[in-house]
Amino acid sequence: MKKLILTTATLALTTGMAFAESHGVVRLGTEGAYPPYNFINDAGEVAGFERELGDELCVRAELTCEWVTNEWDSIIPNLVSGNYDVIIAGMSITDERKEVISFTQDYYPPTDSAYVAASADVDVLTGTVSAQTATIQAGYVAESGAALLEFATPDETIAAVRNGESDAVFADYDYLLPVVEASGGELMFVGDRVPLGGGVGMGLRQSDAEMLAKFDAAITTMKADGTLNALLVKHFGEGVTTY
Amino acid sequence: MCADPGSLDGLTWLMCYLTTGKHMAIYWSVGTVLLLLAITAPIALMFGFGGATAARSGIAPLRWLGKGYIAIVRGVPDIAFFLFFVIALDQFFEYLRHRVKCPDWDGPVYVGNDFLVCPAAKLPLGTSPQYVHEIYGFSLAILTFSIVFGAFAANVLFGAMRAVPRGQIETAEAYGLSSRQTFWRILVPQMWVFALPGLSNLWMVLIKSTPLLFLLGVEDIVYWARELGGTKTPQFTDYPHGDWRMWYFLALLVFYLGFTRVSELVLGRVMRRLTRGQATMGGDAQRKAA
Repeated sequence: MKKLILTTATLALTTGMAFAESHGVVRLGTEGAYPPYNFINDAGEVAGFERELGDELCVRAELTCEWVTNEWDSIIPNLVSGNYDVIIAGMSITDERKEVISFTQDYYPPTDSAYVAASADVDVLTGTVSAQTATIQAGYVAESGAALLEFATPDETIAAVRNGESDAVFADYDYLLPVVEASGGELMFVGDRVPLGGGVGMGLRQSDAEMLAKFDAAITTMKADGTLNALLVKHFGEGVTTY
Repeated sequence: MCADPGSLDGLTWLMCYLTTGKHMAIYWSVGTVLLLLAITAPIALMFGFGGATAARSGIAPLRWLGKGYIAIVRGVPDIAFFLFFVIALDQFFEYLRHRVKCPDWDGPVYVGNDFLVCPAAKLPLGTSPQYVHEIYGFSLAILTFSIVFGAFAANVLFGAMRAVPRGQIETAEAYGLSSRQTFWRILVPQMWVFALPGLSNLWMVLIKSTPLLFLLGVEDIVYWARELGGTKTPQFTDYPHGDWRMWYFLALLVFYLGFTRVSELVLGRVMRRLTRGQATMGGDAQRKAA
């Protein structure tokens, strides 16, 4: 009965042990399908920018953390009903989501979203554009006048462009960049980049103010000593916006 | 030998690819599915037997309960039931524990959007290791599957009990058997032959519905097939490949077809065994052939 909901990454902290016992294990929920933010590596473990960030934040906040994966679709409902304690899944901070959960300060600056298509002459405002369900990008496409084609996973939104189901895909620039690079010219960026969202933050239950404060403080220290910027550059390349 | 997959090709590459930690997860999930079926089937049959017995009970409230169970569960779409049930069951258990373990807690259970119980009432406890969470999720899945398929089984068994020839019951009564004896010694042994076609149908549907496991938070083979089959870019894996979902789903198709075929063979044998000596057309045919 190993696996099922995946990797167990327990950070045994000698310093935080007593604290951890009284507060239990903090379960970090992620999607595991959104490289470089988060993905499942060959060994079957959660990896990527948020894996390293989350582990570091837990060390700084003196919490024992554990990783679990959950479908993007139901990632907020499962947080609210208590299946895990934190969402750390490349989730943009929006007013709509703030009505349901609370966010830490952003650990990834407000980013650009971009269109990717299989040919340069696609009109992204009138064609069919794929995006992942329940993302700010899906909301944007719906209002842009293009026909929106929603998929449950990021990978499927790209597959739709490859097999001609949609004319273009609209997603985070940082997610699309490695895909375009690896496609060998098959896929390309089209149209303008669109600044969207208020940065990426960790989502917590609104009743968890104490834990929110801890993570917030940890993010502040990481911003102050430059470790967050180093992590950003490591995972997203030199071109990334830093703090 | 799998240290540098980039330099491998052909069969060696494939061998290494198919034995990554991530692929182990899909093999595990095959085991999970088989285990789920092995545990769910007998439990669902028990639920079904209980439901059918209750539905034909002479005691009115019991009869309503049995009939209500069959009608409600059969009438609600599986997916709606599955989505509703895990959350509702989980919150129900936690609420009960909350009331027992934290009588001093005076805050409301629902705070805004959050379902909030005291830490001691959490199921599993926040301090539990991951495998406990997994086993708990798996048990919830079994319970949900059993309740849903139990209702269908109850309906099948209810019909089967009515299909046993009236003459058999009358004869038993004429011999002076009590109603309890008639039920256990005459009705139940004879009903299986009538129930089996319906039950085998249900078994097939149950096998095919295991992908619903994913709705219950258990990562099953369909989830892994989609995850593993998706395009992999070289930045994030040593085994980059294009969109291979078709091959993974083909493998799933073979797995499910093979599994249902084996089930058919086994159920065919069971049917022959149950038919022996029965007052049915099949039983008659066996007698004549012998």
